[in-house]
Amino acid sequence: MPINCIRCEKNKAILKRPKTGDAMCKECFFFVFEEEIHKTITDSSIFKSGEKIGIGASGGKDSTVLAYVLKTLNERHNYGLELILISVDEGITGYRDDSLESVKRNQVEYNLPLKVVTYDELYGWTMDEIVKKVGRKNNCTFCGVFRRQALDRGGLLLGVNKIVTGHNADDLAETVLMNILRGDIGRLQRCTSITTGNEGAIPRCKPFKYTYEKEIVMYAYFKKLDYFSTECVYSPNAYRGYARAFIKDLEAIRPRSIIDIIHSGEKLAVKKDAKLPVQGICERCGYISSMNLCKACNLLEGLNRGLPKLGIGKTQRLRKIYNLSPSYSLNSSMNNLSLTSSQMSLNEESCCDRGQNNNQSCCSDKNVSCQSKQTSNRLEVIPDF
Amino acid sequence: MLHLTIEFSGGAELLFNNVKKHQIELPDNRKWTIKDLLAWIKDNLLKQKPELFIQDETIRPGILILVNDSDWDLLGNLTYELNDNDNITFISTLHGG
Repeated sequence: MPINCIRCEKNKAILKRPKTGDAMCKECFFFVFEEEIHKTITDSSIFKSGEKIGIGASGGKDSTVLAYVLKTLNERHNYGLELILISVDEGITGYRDDSLESVKRNQVEYNLPLKVVTYDELYGWTMDEIVKKVGRKNNCTFCGVFRRQALDRGGLLLGVNKIVTGHNADDLAETVLMNILRGDIGRLQRCTSITTGNEGAIPRCKPFKYTYEKEIVMYAYFKKLDYFSTECVYSPNAYRGYARAFIKDLEAIRPRSIIDIIHSGEKLAVKKDAKLPVQGICERCGYISSMNLCKACNLLEGLNRGLPKLGIGKTQRLRKIYNLSPSYSLNSSMNNLSLTSSQMSLNEESCCDRGQNNNQSCCSDKNVSCQSKQTSNRLEVIPDF
Repeated sequence: MLHLTIEFSGGAELLFNNVKKHQIELPDNRKWTIKDLLAWIKDNLLKQKPELFIQDETIRPGILILVNDSDWDLLGNLTYELNDNDNITFISTLHGG
């Protein structure tokens, strides 16, 4: 017996909305899905008319739907935004090649300009080359750290005011949980904000922060949007994988769990006497960092010195062993890229950036900041979740 | 015979040798629910890692099921009784963003 749409009461429902349990027909679902995102955007005033917005585009489902919906809303509600796709090419053969093709198809179909930034041009290393050096254990750390800076640098080159990413409600719930599991108070406090990185860096916004993954996938399916789905060819992040499976199990029992975890994260207050990270600037590249050297410079130094373990784990101890000074000068392409802090100040990122230009499986593993915390007793400043 | 079209997408096809569309026939001397179909798929179509497709006798959380382009959550989930020429689509939400 077909169920009718609760909104128009005429058409046959095709979807049970996880957030509300409402049965909806295709047209009503499209409308409600888009208008809820519009509401999130207007309630939080994340955009101003005339702004140039970079859309982190990976070719995956979230960023594909984000590009499509933002273009639609920009036209429907006259946001007055200039939209640009920014993609990061990590240099992973057989993975990024295919997903970039999907971004290029979106570029044509949605008639949006596209900028691709590659690890090779930014850092002098592709992920394939990095994996050859570091193996498959810590490669996701490199990828996650480099990706975040890459997106910022791409945005900087294009002169965008903000970068939007396709992080969805499921991602956010997962991140809230992970930050609790790691006792990462700094990130826990920040991760539910719709906009992060206001101080100096290019702000990052998540218009999908209340949008369920199920609805994003259903929207893409019914709109026949062209996206690319595969696992990163390198090993997945086991820790995030567990958190993800846990969230999905909870959702199967009680779909509201996802939005409830986000609300809990938003309402959490950090005690006044809790020790929070101190923000500084990387002395080499000007990126925001709580250490003398930002994570990316640290990792690059290791790669270029043939000590790929350097940025991983107990950096201070390794520095002692190899007698390296923190200001050791690099003969790498990083020097050419170094920008002064007045030109830009970017935020260091060592956590995973799942969603855009990244894949859930290609996230950094957080051993990095946990271990550097133990040695340095300082948290790193990461504005993303 | 019960003729069904089974489709896998969103990355779920990776568990089925990357084949997205399967035409199958089931004997019609009995009733078939989605629960029965899942068991049949596991025994007959699945090429690898059954735990990535089926968990506790249901679909792995994160894989969406549509019956003739309708959310199975509206149709009684596992208890939905299959009809001739039904189209069952499995979409993974668990792959790359």
